[in-house]
Amino acid sequence: MKICVCVKQVPDSWAEKKLTAGDSTLDRAAADRVVNELDEYAVEEALRIVEAGEGEVTILSMGPDEAADSVRKAISMGAHAGIHISDPALHGSDALATSLVLAKALEGRGFDLIMFGSESTDARMSVVPAMVSARLGLPQMTFANKVEVSGSNLTIHRVTDYGYDEVQSSLPAVVSVVEKTNEPRYPSFKNIMAAKKAPMETLSLADIGLDAATVGLANAWSEVKDFAERPAKAKGTVITDEGNGAEKIEEFLVTQKFI
Amino acid sequence: MATPQHPFDLYAIDSLFNDEQLAMRDAVRKFVDDRIKPHVGQWFEDGEFPARELAKEIGQMGMFGMHLEGYGCAGTDATSYGLACLELEAGDSGLRSFVSVQGSLAMFAIHKFGSEEQKQEWLPRMAAGEAIGCFGLTESDAGSNPSEMRTNAKRDGDDWILNGSKMWITNGNIADVAIVWAHTDNGIEGFVVPTNTPGFKANLVKHKMSLRASITSELVFDNVRLPASAVLPEVQTLRGPLSCLSEARFGILFGVVGAARDCLETAIDYQLNRNQFNRPLAAFQLSQQKIADMAIATGNGMLLAAHLGKQKDQHLLRPEQVSVGKKNNVRMALEVARESRSMLGGSGITLEYPIIRHMNNLESVYTYEGTNEIHTLVVGQALTGIAAYADYKA
Repeated sequence: MKICVCVKQVPDSWAEKKLTAGDSTLDRAAADRVVNELDEYAVEEALRIVEAGEGEVTILSMGPDEAADSVRKAISMGAHAGIHISDPALHGSDALATSLVLAKALEGRGFDLIMFGSESTDARMSVVPAMVSARLGLPQMTFANKVEVSGSNLTIHRVTDYGYDEVQSSLPAVVSVVEKTNEPRYPSFKNIMAAKKAPMETLSLADIGLDAATVGLANAWSEVKDFAERPAKAKGTVITDEGNGAEKIEEFLVTQKFI
Repeated sequence: MATPQHPFDLYAIDSLFNDEQLAMRDAVRKFVDDRIKPHVGQWFEDGEFPARELAKEIGQMGMFGMHLEGYGCAGTDATSYGLACLELEAGDSGLRSFVSVQGSLAMFAIHKFGSEEQKQEWLPRMAAGEAIGCFGLTESDAGSNPSEMRTNAKRDGDDWILNGSKMWITNGNIADVAIVWAHTDNGIEGFVVPTNTPGFKANLVKHKMSLRASITSELVFDNVRLPASAVLPEVQTLRGPLSCLSEARFGILFGVVGAARDCLETAIDYQLNRNQFNRPLAAFQLSQQKIADMAIATGNGMLLAAHLGKQKDQHLLRPEQVSVGKKNNVRMALEVARESRSMLGGSGITLEYPIIRHMNNLESVYTYEGTNEIHTLVVGQALTGIAAYADYKA
């Protein structure tokens, strides 16, 4: 079983996120950089699958030079190898370009499973796994809270508004997982030390056979026209109960369209 | 108001360590934040510590005997071990004690002085957290001077018969194996004693006001019969247990910086969020003086620990340097804890905040693994050439 887990380096989920004034892209220096939390669930799930049978887990990430840290971090959970796609031309790439790059990097490598967290904590679009599966022509097994591999068959529980759907496909397939799937392990010291020596490919756009004109900010299908900082939190309203407290609360809830 | 800096950023502490050391530190910090901090106040209140459950996870991460080589141990450098102790003790000194005793006392003794059979039998299981160890040196009448110990082992054919008792033994009641030091005809020797051996008994020490989230025991040996293979073959003097203690003290001089950091972070956060006289407490100059002094004390303690870690990684660390670190950093942490306590007012005395727990714990740490007084005399001896705790020889 060969599994590739795609991970994204994102600003710390708890930190205030900022955009860069010049080109409206994410200001990556404004907060600590971490592995997207949901991707850790995907790594955990992949490790459990190979530990229950056999195989190897490879980590793939597209991102600036610093994203190599997140590949190592994900490897330190127990994965075996890493691929880092880094190229200045990728700056400002949208989801379509990202999915193109990931799909190109994955082509011909013979992975049985390609796994993702179901969304990133910065962009929160949840579309890249679906786009990658479309580009590769593989079953789209997204939003799974349970993943089972049996031979060359895959079954997932896809989370829905009303519960879950059981979805089956053959392998290879693309899977994205939600946070209810498992509980990611802490990196062990042995794996942290081994991660330093794990094989790591660093590839440019040319290495994966892509033209710079297909990616990056200039070729994005979506554009940030303008942005503004979130206004400071307004002071709360204090309602003193003079026998009509409940009515005042009701009025407030109505104005806010809660009721 | 500008964004407050973390006290360690004041010192650019992260720049002292390499990526691997920082990755291990971060892993332990996350474990402590997730698994320990939400519960430890209650464990302290109840006088309990879920050692078995935690041991598995701590073992899986590779924290037990992490700086030892082979036999399932992770084989990290000493600085990483120190940083792990720091993060554990930011959770609770009892947790750090649990890991120190297992790794630096029990496992280290077997690793350094044991036979190949003893290593094979115990170290992999102890590294994995499947077997728990304790270490018996101190007795009720032999503390700072362990040579006054009464526990003894006598030959009976090929076997040994062990008699005596040990006091203040961390993990005693939950241990699968005890490393017990005893007088023999050869000097002072260590024995690997499975705790299910007939005649071995552990009694829980109750009514503690410190290290309540930690198991402390008295061990009693009543004609415990041990095979010849139970003795640690590689040492017959007090150098054996004392070198183990030097390992554990190294973990402490890092660990207590974690307790101090946790108190300081709590105090600053509280002072920024509690208003009196229409301003945060942190806006008062009296508060800022305390915060600045505590941050400098904690940062200096961190620098000292990092320096001693580098010395140890180069195999240059001397026992008197460990004494400098243990003495300075434990006293520093205790002072920071007490000052932080005052900065939380009434809240400072409740287990809702970590401070009084750290403060009470540190009273034990001040005394165990070489009292503050003995470490002072070790430093005094290094500086004068005179051992004040031994018979005076001109």
